[in-house]
Amino acid sequence: MTFINYAAREINCKIVFYGPGLGGKTTNLQYVYDRTNSNSKGKLISLATETDRTLFFDFLPLDLGTVRGFRTRFHLYTVPGQVFYDASRKLILKGVDGVVFVADSQRARAESNVESLQNLDKNLKEHGYDLATIPYVLQFNKRDLPTAMPADEMYQQLNIKGEPTFEAVAPQGVGVFETLKAVAKLVLLELKKK
Amino acid sequence: MASPDLIMYDEEFQLIKEIISRLRVDANAKIVFLVDKNGQQIAANGDLESVDTTSLASLTAGNVAATDGLARLIGEKEFSILFHEGEKDNIHISIVGQRVILVVIFDDRSSLGLVRLRVRKASMELEKVFQDLLKKVEVEKSNLASGFESPFAEITDEDIDNLFSE
Repeated sequence: MTFINYAAREINCKIVFYGPGLGGKTTNLQYVYDRTNSNSKGKLISLATETDRTLFFDFLPLDLGTVRGFRTRFHLYTVPGQVFYDASRKLILKGVDGVVFVADSQRARAESNVESLQNLDKNLKEHGYDLATIPYVLQFNKRDLPTAMPADEMYQQLNIKGEPTFEAVAPQGVGVFETLKAVAKLVLLELKKK
Repeated sequence: MASPDLIMYDEEFQLIKEIISRLRVDANAKIVFLVDKNGQQIAANGDLESVDTTSLASLTAGNVAATDGLARLIGEKEFSILFHEGEKDNIHISIVGQRVILVVIFDDRSSLGLVRLRVRKASMELEKVFQDLLKKVEVEKSNLASGFESPFAEITDEDIDNLFSE
C-alpha cells in the first residue's frame, strides 16, 4: 500500500525481503545501509535475538531522491526466516508494495527455499495479494559457496513468472543494489498503472 | 490490491496537523504523532528533535500489529489502547478508525487520565477527517477514470534510473 502525500509531495513504499532462515535477508539490508550516504538513510533497526537471528523484523528507511517532483521513500523490511515465526512474518507483509525473495543457493537449503516460497504465497493470499501480480524480484544469494547449486537449476525450481532474478553474494554486495533497484522500479511502475 | 493506497491532500493534512497540535497542548504532552497501520508516519507535532520519528513510526506499527495478533489469539477483535509506562516518559497508543495509530508521548507534567480524555476527543475529530479523505480519494479515482491524469502516469524508465545514479 503506497502512501502518497500530495501535501508533503512524498511517496512512501514498503518493500519486504522474504526467504528461508539464514538466507541473508538481513545481510542485504546491512549492505544497503553501509553503502548509502547518511543523508538518504535512516537508522537500521534490528529486532533480533541475542544470537543475531531476526526475531520480528529489520527496518531501513531509504530516501531515493525525487521522481516527478515527489520525494520517493522506500521502507525496507525483512521478515524472520525461521519456520516457527510465521505469525510475525504474516504481520510484516501487511501493506507491502514489493517483495524480494532471498533464496539460499546451497543445495542443502533447496527444500527450505521452496517451503519458504510456498509460505510467502500463502501469507500474501491471506492479505489479499497475489504473487503473480505483486511487484516481485528473486535473488539467489551465497553464490560464492562451493556447495551452491547451478543457477539454472535454481531458476527452474524457484522462478514462477519470469520475474527479474539476480545472483548475489550479499556480504560483499554482489547483486544487492541490482536487486533493490529492480524491485523499486517494479513498484514505481505499478504506480503508473493506477 | 488488498487495501487502497493512502493518499493525503493538503486540505486534510492541515486539518490533521491542527488537531494533533491542539491535542499536544490540551494533553500537556511532549510529542503527538500519527502513523498509518503499515508504519508510514502521517504527521507529527512537538519536540521532534529528540527522537527518530521514522523508527518510532515503524516500531509503533509493529507493536500494534503484534498486539492485534495477540488479541485475535484470545478471541478479541483488537486492543484499542496500549500504554507503555517508563520512569520518565510514557507512551499512549490508540487506534483511530481501525486504520491509523495515534501516539502520545508524555511525562509527569501530564497524567494518563488527562491523556485518555483528550485523546478520545481528538480521535473522533481525526476519524471524521479520515472518512472525508477516503471519500475524496474515491471521487478523485472516478475523475481519474474520466480522464484526469495522475502525476505518476508518465513516470519513465529514465526517471527511475535517475534515482539510482549516484
